[in-house]
Amino acid sequence: MKTSDKNESRVARRVIVVGGGLAGLTTVMKLCEAGVPVDLFSLVPVKRSHSVCAQGGINASVNTKGEGDSPRIHLEETVYGGDFLANQPPVKGMADAAPGIVFMLDRMGVPFNRTPEGLLDFRRFGGTLFHRTAFAGATTGQQLLYALDEQVRRWETVDVEDSKGAALRGEKMVRKLEHWDFLGIVQDDAGRCVGIVAQDMKTMAIEAFRGDAVCLATGGPGIVFGRSTNSVINTGTAAAAAYRQGALYANGELIQVHPTAIPGADKLRLISESARGEGGRVWVPKDPKDKRKGREIPERERDYFLEAKYPGYGNLVPRDIASRELFAKCFHDKRGVYNPKTEKNENEVYLDLTRIPKETLRKKLAGILEIYEKFVGEDPYENPMRVFPAVHYSMGGLWVDFEKSADGGLVRGSPRNQATNIDGLYAAGEVDYQYHGANRLGANSLLSCIYAGLEAGPAIAAYRKGLAASAHDVPQSVFDKAEKREAERYQKILAMDGDENPYALHKELGEVMLRDCTIERDNAVLGKVIETIGELEDRAKNVGVPDTGDHANHGAQFVRHLSNMLVLARVIAEGALARDESRGAHYKPAFKQRDDERWLRTTLALYERGEGARSSVKFVRQLDATIAGKSVTITDAVDTTLVTPRARKYETAGAASAAATGASSADKQPST
Amino acid sequence: MSTTRTVRLKILRQDSPSKPQTKRWEEFEVPWLPQMNVISALMEIQRSPKTTDGKTVAPVVWESSCLEEVCGACTMIVNGRVRQACTAFVDRLGGGETITLEPMTKFPLVRDLVVDRSRMFDDLKQVKAWIDLDGSHELGPGPRQSPANQEEAYPLSRCMTCGCCLEACPQVHESSPFVGPAAINQVRLFNLHPSGKMHATERLESLMGEGGVADCGKAQNCVEVCPKEIPLVDSIAQVSRQVTKHMLFGWLLK
Ligand SMILES: Cc1cc2nc3c(=O)[nH]c(=O)nc-3n(C[C@H](O)[C@H](O)[C@H](O)COP(=O)(O)OP(=O)(O)OC[C@H]3O[C@@H](n4cnc5c(N)ncnc54)[C@H](O)[C@@H]3O)c2cc1C
Repeated sequence: MKTSDKNESRVARRVIVVGGGLAGLTTVMKLCEAGVPVDLFSLVPVKRSHSVCAQGGINASVNTKGEGDSPRIHLEETVYGGDFLANQPPVKGMADAAPGIVFMLDRMGVPFNRTPEGLLDFRRFGGTLFHRTAFAGATTGQQLLYALDEQVRRWETVDVEDSKGAALRGEKMVRKLEHWDFLGIVQDDAGRCVGIVAQDMKTMAIEAFRGDAVCLATGGPGIVFGRSTNSVINTGTAAAAAYRQGALYANGELIQVHPTAIPGADKLRLISESARGEGGRVWVPKDPKDKRKGREIPERERDYFLEAKYPGYGNLVPRDIASRELFAKCFHDKRGVYNPKTEKNENEVYLDLTRIPKETLRKKLAGILEIYEKFVGEDPYENPMRVFPAVHYSMGGLWVDFEKSADGGLVRGSPRNQATNIDGLYAAGEVDYQYHGANRLGANSLLSCIYAGLEAGPAIAAYRKGLAASAHDVPQSVFDKAEKREAERYQKILAMDGDENPYALHKELGEVMLRDCTIERDNAVLGKVIETIGELEDRAKNVGVPDTGDHANHGAQFVRHLSNMLVLARVIAEGALARDESRGAHYKPAFKQRDDERWLRTTLALYERGEGARSSVKFVRQLDATIAGKSVTITDAVDTTLVTPRARKYETAGAASAAATGASSADKQPST
Repeated sequence: MSTTRTVRLKILRQDSPSKPQTKRWEEFEVPWLPQMNVISALMEIQRSPKTTDGKTVAPVVWESSCLEEVCGACTMIVNGRVRQACTAFVDRLGGGETITLEPMTKFPLVRDLVVDRSRMFDDLKQVKAWIDLDGSHELGPGPRQSPANQEEAYPLSRCMTCGCCLEACPQVHESSPFVGPAAINQVRLFNLHPSGKMHATERLESLMGEGGVADCGKAQNCVEVCPKEIPLVDSIAQVSRQVTKHMLFGWLLK
């Protein structure tokens, strides 16, 4: 592969991608196609990235079912589902690109389910009435991740060539550095990002790497909440580290709680929305003291509460709404499933698939039913499953820029797309804040991750082309200094000999965040949460490092991740405290209305040092930055030029797509 | 009912590959939890890393990520059987007895329960386990495929590269170059795909020499241990037939 620049030194002039989930792998693939060699870092072998967990599917308005679906409707439903907090041009770009993305994945060999005619099959997901979700059984994320992993592996075998077409000895287009932990970026004197420092989690060596640009594709921060549906590696540590170095963090408070998961001591395991997309129904017994097993309770004695309250979208209302309803049923009404053994109404509702033909379940949902069967020890083909909400996804993340095109979408290949406020640092995937506003619709994340990668790759290639000086010509001293800084930090961790156990502190953090900073938020309670975070920060300075080993030392690494999780927890909690309204996943009973006048804006957080060991958050409404060499003023205004904000209601069928479909609807009025 | 239930674990540990002298068994006792799996037990040890003889030690090191048996990371030997620790439930492991945990033996040790499985990813390069895409730009939909084709391919594509099949295979050992069932199964998968087929011979040739499909000893342990119930023996048989056919008649078709 001919690289687009000179490689006179006979050393490939690489860029760096951190993270090999869907977003990172797509970015890498795009970079390679543009002739840019890449160093790809990942905590785990990329094939084990968290994306592997995704179950239900990926959205694209391919409209193969004769329903009249279109990218325009996909755009509107995404924006409406996100309660109008997303900038609309990137959402338009994503919705328009979606059919092409699914076709590309199909060409890569993803075993998507098929219709009898041999076409891709689509199913329903939340927040829409259309069949828009392509799927590979109920392990879609795994299948997409593998397909992209395979494409990137192919690039691992391709030589880097110089401008004359001669292979650079020993240099392949992709060099993978797996089991490496990202510690921070390296900035030159002007503040431009020119590389990273990372730690080899086998040998514990700390090393600085040069990269003409760096893209963080490091996923979400679910583990800040202790247990969630996320993989245990999702501590958000990389995003926190970049934030500590000056990257803007946007809409941190917008955390999605998924309505249907199975509780567990180590993890809350998801039962995908696709269960409801295929006809699964949520209910509780009408008699709150009903002692019978779920399957023995007759139809007329069941309360299908979502269907009753939201006849338009029923069990497929967006997640924020479903989670609030489930929570209220269990916590406020005490009508969760009764457990004769404990003589209590448990925090559980039924998710019932038992009326769906077994053959259909086997072909379309086996993956999740297997999870239920294994982890609960009950047969979901015969028994209604028992589920409860769990923290699932972060709409918020690193702030990223975009360049708007004439038609209202994105200019493909603009170096501004997916760029953070630190020149040369990009972000893509769940780690960015860009596509979902205040609530993400199901099956839009796999899409946004891949789409962000499709934008980030060309953006970085363009940025690199426009560079006056390569990171590979920056003096070595810059890298030595950064390496030394991180090495000293690590030595300090190894020397910590206090009495706190970092894993126990994390458990405390998770319990507080989960209880007080999720579905319902209250300012007085949030005040206490923030106080607790401060105390935990103090105590975290007093941990005893659990492990001083010089090989694969996970204990010392966890001390570092804990400190970064505390920083993100503060961003989340303080953002929640500040936003006095209810919008999407952010709900305050004391401020039930959405308040567009005051809060139709992005929360922008900058890191500051607080007192002693504590961090502090500075919220800004605007900020000057250099992006791709140009001065830009970042503001918190939301671009709503494509779909005018209106009240968000799911009682009536079609309300979410009324503007695009032209359906007359009473809720076209602007809110408040 | 007053005494709290506990779970005992006996774990084979070693600090690093270069320190074989640190190889040792350590025993731990942790509080029992409902629906407890081996991972939750290991997490309890992290929060209070003390052996049963009262010694404070470094927490046990293991690899894990998804905790729902889809990433393959937490594979280890539990009570003598190779499997994922996340789906190894304490109550279903023969209640009351001490649970033993050991690292897999067919891969280089990293530390404690962590081994280095990178050879499995390298093998995927050798067998060219990918579709030769012209590029990721828009070229319209992929080839049409029958539901039956999808239903054959999908189970094969659920391989998590966890290494159970290699661990259980008697033909895979230090002095053998045998590539093992996982990579052979990938060849079947890609040779089944309408565009993947176009490069079937390259994949078959990568399995023809030493360490290739002919090295399978037909012990059939692989299917026994595969957590995703991938029909590995079928895959090996099919690929083996494809290879034989290619060896006999391939030159005729060239
Ligand atoms: C159970 C579950 C089911 C889901 N189902 C769906 C679904 O059906 N449809 C849908 O659209 N979405 C779904 N989602 C959401 C979706 O899976 C994720 O949002 C998405 O996969 C995130 O991809 P990513 O590429 O941004 O990050 P990830 O896949 O999380 O990858 C992050 C990468 O960064 C690396 N990394 C992280 N930190 C560091 C560090 N410090 N140093 C080095 N490397 C690092 C990791 O090793 C990894 O390679 C689901 C999520 C969950 C939890």
